[in-house]
Amino acid sequence: MSAGPTEPLVTVDDVHTYYGKSHILHGVSLTVGHGEVVGLLGRNGVGKSTTLKTIMGLVHPERGKVLLAGNPVTSLPAHKLARLGIGYVPEDRRIFRLLTVMENLRTGLDRHGVTDARKQELLDKVFAYFPVLAERRNQPGGTLSGGEQQMLAIARAMMLEPKIILLDEPTEGLMPRMVSQIRDIIGVLRREGVAILLVEQNVPLTLEASQRIYIMEKGAVRHQCAASELNVKDAVIQQYLGV
Amino acid sequence: MDTVLEFVGAIPWDQILIQTVNGIVTGMILALIASGLTLIFGIMDVVNFAHGELFMFGAYMGVVVLAATGSFWLALLLATLIVGLIGACLQITTLRPLLGRDPLTTILATFGISLVMQNYALWQFGPVARKIQEPFTGQFTLFYLQYPWYRILIAGLSAVIIGGFWLFLKYGTYGIWIRATTQDRVMAEAMGIPVPWVHTAVFAIGAGMAAASGVLFGPLVGVNHAMGLDWVLKAFIVVVVGGMGNLGGSIAASIFISLLEAYASIWVSPAQAVIVSFVVLILTLLFRPTGLFVPTPK
Amino acid sequence: MTMRRTTVYWTAFCVILALLIVAPLVLPEFWRRFLTEILIWGLLAMSSDILIGYTGMVSFGHSAFFGLGMYGAAAALLMYKPANLWLAIAFGLVGSAGIALFVAYFSTRLRDIYFAITTLIFSQIFYVIIFTWTEVTGGENGLSFSRPALSIPGLFSVPFTSETLHWFVLAVVTASYLILRRITQSPFGMVLQSIRENEGRTRAIGYPVERYKIVAVMFSGLFAGLAGVLYAIQNRFAAPDFVYFLVSGEAVIFNVMGGIGTLVGPIVGAAFFLLLREAFSRFFTEFYLIPVGIIFIAMVIFVPQGLLGFARRWLNR
Repeated sequence: MSAGPTEPLVTVDDVHTYYGKSHILHGVSLTVGHGEVVGLLGRNGVGKSTTLKTIMGLVHPERGKVLLAGNPVTSLPAHKLARLGIGYVPEDRRIFRLLTVMENLRTGLDRHGVTDARKQELLDKVFAYFPVLAERRNQPGGTLSGGEQQMLAIARAMMLEPKIILLDEPTEGLMPRMVSQIRDIIGVLRREGVAILLVEQNVPLTLEASQRIYIMEKGAVRHQCAASELNVKDAVIQQYLGV
Repeated sequence: MDTVLEFVGAIPWDQILIQTVNGIVTGMILALIASGLTLIFGIMDVVNFAHGELFMFGAYMGVVVLAATGSFWLALLLATLIVGLIGACLQITTLRPLLGRDPLTTILATFGISLVMQNYALWQFGPVARKIQEPFTGQFTLFYLQYPWYRILIAGLSAVIIGGFWLFLKYGTYGIWIRATTQDRVMAEAMGIPVPWVHTAVFAIGAGMAAASGVLFGPLVGVNHAMGLDWVLKAFIVVVVGGMGNLGGSIAASIFISLLEAYASIWVSPAQAVIVSFVVLILTLLFRPTGLFVPTPK
Repeated sequence: MTMRRTTVYWTAFCVILALLIVAPLVLPEFWRRFLTEILIWGLLAMSSDILIGYTGMVSFGHSAFFGLGMYGAAAALLMYKPANLWLAIAFGLVGSAGIALFVAYFSTRLRDIYFAITTLIFSQIFYVIIFTWTEVTGGENGLSFSRPALSIPGLFSVPFTSETLHWFVLAVVTASYLILRRITQSPFGMVLQSIRENEGRTRAIGYPVERYKIVAVMFSGLFAGLAGVLYAIQNRFAAPDFVYFLVSGEAVIFNVMGGIGTLVGPIVGAAFFLLLREAFSRFFTEFYLIPVGIIFIAMVIFVPQGLLGFARRWLNR
């Protein structure tokens, strides 16, 4: 699937991030290729979300670099990175509850250099993938169900026409029926050529959807391999993710 | 029955109605000032102590432009723009570096700014109050009083400005940006909204609104360097009573408190009528600390 | 190591104290009064540091405490002849304590910003009351009275000279400093600091945070009132200007400039501010607040720990 340029789309190089005095990331390094789906696994609290936030520019590392298509972007603020093509779907969705569905989408849609025609195209596309959102387009985001909010969060990120979407635990708190919907959405994004860095607790889903896997523990990457090499019952998985 | 009629007859209805009009006029000016203040707080957690001074600067800019051009309307427009710009510069130079720090520091910084601005105005314009000539004189008879049309204009214009701004927030592109940033600054940034500039813009808008109030209010009182102090205090009370960050609440609170004060001034002196707002504040803090007009959160 | 620190600290303390004692003998009259004023404003700022630096509550209400200390003393000095120093102090302290209790009750339930605004508004309430209740408070013109003598009833009575007044003020301020220091280093003080660091956690551990805050406000108010009494005695008048919230603002400025959470920092901050005011007054006359204000803003941004901030750990042992 990655018939693009040879250097990775996103490179995280030996990143150390702190929250105040807490040393959260101890030299995290990973890459995501163009159009690639990469899974990031690990127990709660190992620093997966912090890694995503560092890539998104919401926190800045003390040491280390983040590269986007080979260019250093470590110190750029999040809004510039969003414009450069990084989409972010956080844990607990964080849609704008008091804004309508349409207004939520517009926060990503209203950008310079996007023609009205293109905007309409994007909206049509997203409404085709998520008809529920089309139905509820004038309702405040807070009135949507959990699953619908998750769809809105992803749709909103897609409005940025990103090259990569950072997905943080998209299936958390969702009913099993919705989990397969998430699987479908990941498939859709793949077909569109959008790379995905997927943080998840749901191991089977991650192994199925991703091409490569990283496993983190205590703020660093401890294991990486192709997803095909791993199995849910593998010792590695038990070691880093078992209870 | 007779005693009831006597009682009703003893109530000074004409005075009450006059004070109702007065209260609404003052209330609208207060609402214009408080809107900016509550907006600034709602979006960036900044308590802008210098807000009263932006009001005062607006009034002085009005004086200057009026003297130069003779047009009240031009004065209103230019004062708003100039002070809006000053607000933007202040935010960029002194408040941006403080982003993310203890909110206490912004209170201190804006307090410092208010001191500097007050003394600067005193230095440049001297202690003697200046006057802004209202754009038209002309009165109508309200009971036994000759009531100036200009006061009605102030109320109307303030309502228009606030209304216009509300529409902008609801339907304009940048209105969405402002609302999104107010609700969730982090996600707004992650959606590509240039949050630092949204903050600057909101501060500038708040400053501009304060300046407009200053020019509108100028003809009613003299323009002097200390005129901001009383207003900023009232504005703070209004913002707390209305619910911090709550635009509708602060407008309702402005009118509510101004009406109460206007009625109180029938019986006590204006200096003492001020106590009314203090009492309302204390009651609010005791019973509905999130704001009188805000449903208590569960 | 701590032994050494303590000796250094107390040596420094004694040296500075000695200098302050000798000062009025060598300084000209103007600077003598200036030094006394620094001490009085320093006491006010120190009292406010208990709240800002140690409990993490910014208060703009100190003008009320200061003002009531001042007016309380005035009341004693006007109502009881011969003017009695200790009665004045007593009245002042009772007055400010009463107000402190009132303010504390309402304000300590509120967090940060709301607390700051509420204390500001309360101090303005008192301003309005004092300003308009002319029969009792003299309204706009304030009250003037004569300075009481330093006396111990039955033993002696000596009128204050400029020097002896300075030493009296110095004694009071030094004693206050030592008392406040004792308080901040006591278990009570430790709880206050823990409230500043993380109020939620302190409450979760089980401390009745509101009660601690109320006591902190009371202490703060008492010493602020004491400063007001000293001011009244030194200047022989009480005026509503001192109850205006700008006085509280200045106390906060002294705190920030000197370094919050250090107790001595605010005194240094007061000295720094007053010296700047003197210096700039030469060039800017009454507009000294323009450059001084700019310096203050710059300090908030670039030197938020204040002049003595670097010594904060050391000063708190």
